[in-house]
Amino acid sequence: MAVATKTAPAVAEDRELLISGSEAVAEALALADIDVVTAYPIRPYDTVMQAIAKKIANGQLVAEYIVAEGEHSQFEVVKHASTVGARVFCGSSGVGWAYAMECLVVTPPLRVPMVAMVGNRALDDPGAFGVEHNDALFVRDLGWMLVWIDSSQEALDTTLIGYRLAEDRRVFLPLAISADGAFLTHSQALTLVPPKAKVERFLPPYNRGDLLLHPDNPITVAPQANEDWVIEIRRQNNEAMARAVIVIEEAYADFRTIFGRGPENPWFEEYMTDDAEIILVGMGTISLPIKVGIRNMRAQGKKVGLVRLRWFRPFPTDRLVAALSKASVIGVIDRDYSFGSPFGSGVVANEIRAAMYNAPKRPPLVSFICGLGGREVTLEDVYKVTDLCYNAAKTGKSDTKTHWLGVRE
Amino acid sequence: MSALICEVVYRGIFQKNLASRITRGIVLSARKSGRWGIAFGRYGDSPQRNGIPAKDFAIVADTKEELEQNMARYEPKHVDVTICVDDTLAKGVESWAWYGLQPINRLTLPNGTLLMTSLQPFEDLLRDIHKKDEPYTLAVIRARASFSGLWVYKEDHTEVRILGALAKIAPEFLTLDGVCQAIGEMEWGSELKVASVRKAYERLEARQIQPGEGNAEVPYAFELPRWWEMREGVTIPAIPIGKPKEGGKGYVPERNPYFKKFTTRTMRPVVDFDTCVKCNLCWIACPDSCFDVMPDGTFDANMEACCGCGVCEAVCPVESCITMVNEAVFEDNASQWDMWRKDKTAYKTWLTDKITNKKATVRSHGFRFRGQYEEEIKTDLDAGGAEITAGIPGENAKHKTI
Ligand code: SF4
Ligand code: SF4
Repeated sequence: MAVATKTAPAVAEDRELLISGSEAVAEALALADIDVVTAYPIRPYDTVMQAIAKKIANGQLVAEYIVAEGEHSQFEVVKHASTVGARVFCGSSGVGWAYAMECLVVTPPLRVPMVAMVGNRALDDPGAFGVEHNDALFVRDLGWMLVWIDSSQEALDTTLIGYRLAEDRRVFLPLAISADGAFLTHSQALTLVPPKAKVERFLPPYNRGDLLLHPDNPITVAPQANEDWVIEIRRQNNEAMARAVIVIEEAYADFRTIFGRGPENPWFEEYMTDDAEIILVGMGTISLPIKVGIRNMRAQGKKVGLVRLRWFRPFPTDRLVAALSKASVIGVIDRDYSFGSPFGSGVVANEIRAAMYNAPKRPPLVSFICGLGGREVTLEDVYKVTDLCYNAAKTGKSDTKTHWLGVRE
Repeated sequence: MSALICEVVYRGIFQKNLASRITRGIVLSARKSGRWGIAFGRYGDSPQRNGIPAKDFAIVADTKEELEQNMARYEPKHVDVTICVDDTLAKGVESWAWYGLQPINRLTLPNGTLLMTSLQPFEDLLRDIHKKDEPYTLAVIRARASFSGLWVYKEDHTEVRILGALAKIAPEFLTLDGVCQAIGEMEWGSELKVASVRKAYERLEARQIQPGEGNAEVPYAFELPRWWEMREGVTIPAIPIGKPKEGGKGYVPERNPYFKKFTTRTMRPVVDFDTCVKCNLCWIACPDSCFDVMPDGTFDANMEACCGCGVCEAVCPVESCITMVNEAVFEDNASQWDMWRKDKTAYKTWLTDKITNKKATVRSHGFRFRGQYEEEIKTDLDAGGAEITAGIPGENAKHKTI
């Protein structure tokens, strides 16, 4: 069974540390007092694995730290540990995440509430460390909850919220927290680290209940199940994902009460959208240049806003449709690709097109692919995106072409 | 609304921890006056490779919003202060293929500052530092390059001396008191280090550099190909085989034109062709295939390609036939063999001058003899450095978290 880390010296207030997104996740893991963590290095995820190792070495966290021989074993080990009642953490990046795919697939049906960090990275070849979101998106259809963050503070807070959400018996699904390689995993910012006492009020111990694999609770996990059983199991998963919507709302509300920070709308951040003609949509740290661009464009009288999508699974269909329907034009910037997809768009753009299908008001949508392989998204890119959206506003029609930006043409 | 943007240009492995301490120190010092800040490394760099030039950045600003512009970037477009912690980097920086040779002051803003640790006079540094069209300040802390490793750290106070100097250069962002206070609270701080901050603040040397002053060399650069010009299938053409030299008696291999990486080195081999016994060992052992075969059977170390690892010196069986010499004492990458063939006496004089220069042949990283560190610290002390006392210098036991 889990060994509890000794209580840290009493600190009543938040401490401010200069830490990267990965280090912020590690801080949260120590606060959540995880029991088992598995590791296998790949950049940029390896930064979190180093940070946890350091915490264990310094005696700030008592946990089983297992270096696996590859990502496949890495994810298998935590899956098993979770079924016997351990709070677990794991993660990877790019093709490492892909190598774990067989285990990633079985984690949701077994109802393993693990939290993983994906340090978003391009899929090799060619060898490249830069951010693309296709790695985490591999599991978008499988019952993994997926969230994107854009600051060290959000990394820490979302990790705590993540355990509370995943381990809620109504949910019991795995969660992958996506952190953009470089811009979040390797950039240190001033971050508030709460005292353990607050975290204990927010996060109850992991209780696997009737699903605990234990001699006192004899069960078999994952027997062979053919056509008589499988669709029912999928139906259960679907239900759990639907219930996650309610639990996410609850968890964020509680987080705000206890920690005194965090968003009112868990699903997405709205930046200057109140009066916006053009609403741009993106996930992750792409928000940073877009916000700067928006401030500059507003100074010239252009009414532009941003919806930064945090939660991709479960997808906040109704709320997002309501927020986007206000715009004259929606511009979706994907940091991913889906070759041969409708309109050649990225995953987020097509998801939003699908979500908007039944909406009473459907503004024209222009889709963009930008920043692949970690290419910087520049202010010029943001201005160009906005100009193309204004063109669509004039014609009142969706652009059927997907625009690639920042490519050497 | 204002911000201070600093870069630290350092050498992979040997100075990775140093650079990280400096950038964190900048943010935490500025925090003492209520500033916000971020610290990050240039993600595309490979600072785990020995000696490769790499960069860390620290940005501090009045508001969090001002930081946003720089947060999703690999590298700021301009910096107020370039901090260079090894003066051999004054020749320029090339950290990856297709970067070209980037002058050390490339990002330094007009009227900004290039802050270096160096024992060289300003004139010598300016022979290496590329000229700019705008004026800037060259500031120098008198110290030799602080080299250590990933797992060991040389507590020679370089990090705090840099921070002390910054308090002089950018007092609006880093007050001397703020720096001292931050250092006092660091895990690696100490009272001795606070004293070093103050000394560096007092003893910083600075000179205004005029437009056009400096090395006139035009650094090599590339234009990156467009998507439709690139080969498909993630393929690149192989490097062609080399050319025979002087009627087939010698041989010069082709080398990667897009990544020369000579800025990786802090020392270079100097070859005495008169004592060379043509044993081939340097040619076999050089991990970067730097040796060109000369028509007379000797080997010329190609200075465009050499990363300065010192393996050739180690394997050469003849005493003083290959000697590693500090990069700072060379002006260009010209062929030593050509120089030797043209005028053997002049070459002998040149060679003797280089290899008998005690200062230039002392190892810049790693130590040759027990006590070398203490000797170096002593020299630095004469130049304003810190005292070394019993115990582990810089340990700030009371601030250790556990
Ligand atoms: S120092 Fe010698 S062995 Fe090392 S790269 Fe240069 S020529 Fe080759
Ligand atoms: S190892 Fe020394 S002696 Fe042998 S060929 Fe090279 S320079 Fe000459």
